[in-house]
Amino acid sequence: MTDVVISVENLSKQFGALKASDKVSLDLRRGEIHALIGPNGAGKSTLIKQIAGGLRPDTGAVRFLGRDVTALDTVARARMGLGRSFQVSSVIPELTVFQNVLLAAQGLHRRTFRFFGAAMDDPLLRRSAERQVERTGLVARQAVRAADLAHGERRRLEIAMALALEPKAFLLDEPMAGMGPDGSKEMTAILDDLRHEAPILLIEHDMDAVFALADRISVLVYGRVIATGTVDEIRANAEVRRAYLGEEDET
Amino acid sequence: MRRETIVNIVLAAGFLAVPLVAWFIDEPFIVTLATRVAILALAGVGLNIALGYGGLVSFGHAAFFGLGGYAMGVLASHAQNFEPLATWPFEVSGTKSMLVIWLVALIVSGLAAAVIGALSLRTGGVYFIMITLAFAQMLFFFTISWPAYGGEDGLSIYVRNSFPGLNTLDPIQFFAVCAAVLFAAIFLSGRLVRSHFGLALQSARQNAERVEAVGIRPFDVRLAAFIASGMVTGLAGALFADLNRFVSPAMFSWQTSGEIIVFVILGGVGRLFGPLAGAALFILLEHWLGGLTTYWQFLLGLLLLGVVLFFRGGLIGTLAGREVAHD
Repeated sequence: MTDVVISVENLSKQFGALKASDKVSLDLRRGEIHALIGPNGAGKSTLIKQIAGGLRPDTGAVRFLGRDVTALDTVARARMGLGRSFQVSSVIPELTVFQNVLLAAQGLHRRTFRFFGAAMDDPLLRRSAERQVERTGLVARQAVRAADLAHGERRRLEIAMALALEPKAFLLDEPMAGMGPDGSKEMTAILDDLRHEAPILLIEHDMDAVFALADRISVLVYGRVIATGTVDEIRANAEVRRAYLGEEDET
Repeated sequence: MRRETIVNIVLAAGFLAVPLVAWFIDEPFIVTLATRVAILALAGVGLNIALGYGGLVSFGHAAFFGLGGYAMGVLASHAQNFEPLATWPFEVSGTKSMLVIWLVALIVSGLAAAVIGALSLRTGGVYFIMITLAFAQMLFFFTISWPAYGGEDGLSIYVRNSFPGLNTLDPIQFFAVCAAVLFAAIFLSGRLVRSHFGLALQSARQNAERVEAVGIRPFDVRLAAFIASGMVTGLAGALFADLNRFVSPAMFSWQTSGEIIVFVILGGVGRLFGPLAGAALFILLEHWLGGLTTYWQFLLGLLLLGVVLFFRGGLIGTLAGREVAHD
């Protein structure tokens, strides 16, 4: 069982009468991309928040690297190596692309409480930032303020920040959202490469990308995982087709 | 060179030139006016760390300004009356040495900022503003009702405290001390902004959730910034008390907190030289408009309204343009 990086065990979260997570169990294994799909309102983001640490589950547990992290907050989980991107792009708008990535590297290396030397002159952080900016194809844009980036570039910046954390697992919430076909293709290539670095729990609406990337897929409907399996198994699963893929065909 | 750097140099040169010229033509009043600018600007430099870079709208920085002032007042009054401050467990006497007083002012205001910050930074927005205000008001009423150090009437110190090698009663020499402290503080806060810590502080202001996701705790960063901020403003309070040779509860008043905010806003929030520009403008207005009408603050209010509505970057922002990202 050492292959399991993240395991979610019987997680439940209720908001009033709404069961946002209903006894959810799933795991993320070394080297894989595990896609989490489901219609809007299925509770995907609620689940991601509970895994990342922003939201406490009512019952159940989250294990990360074999350790029960259910009681830890976001910061503690990030420090353990959980790299996260957000559904709505979340970067530091007034910093440049390079500074954003540098900040992530600074978080990893715990250098925040240095008050005198210039952060931008820190060779260790610079090297890390340079590498990630290059990998995500943002070199030409590294001096631009994050607020001035195009949407697709901002999504790539988020990936660069997650990478700079040198995470043990990625938690990516709709990295393709709002991207054109070219952007999606580029992002697919980046993610495809990423799984060797650390496994990815991927929430995504873009079915082409999910089917191209995922090793396994879990389908979440009304807070419950109704199926988990390989791409072919999920495609063939009648319940999934009815609950989710069928709907998509009609629209 | 960045345009803001040029604006800063011109501003600093003008700020130093005015009292020097005044000294040559024997106008000590103008030298003293410039000294006030230096000290109030220093208080603003302190607030700017919290407000400008950290986005923490403290409406209670008078607490630190006043604590710095009373640190000076208490130490110097014991020294001038030859009464020990404490006799147990060992004898502690007052002092007339500026350097010791500054150290005490820094420590006292830093400790106060740690306590106030630890409680108030758990909230945000309007609640943060009100809690910081409440702490300053508590100290205000405490000093009013504490007769040992003058209560409502305040505390007079007859001779200005001493600085090694200088005659601090000479206005130009005391100005030099205050200006040196001010520029040291501006230099240090400039380093702070560009440091690892400054990067995290400014990031926490803009997107705290993101900062958490990279493993940095915004609360810790903000608390450290609030402490540094309070210490600088506390030091300004000690100098202000020395300038006037008088401390009173008015230093703790909410008007004082408001004025420090006004310096920062007039000069430009989050601009390195903003507090100096703002304090200089404030004193000039107080001097000129105050000569025209006793209701000059009405005109100040109009100006502030204009700055907030049309010149968001304050004086520095208007002259230097939009802030460029630090490279």
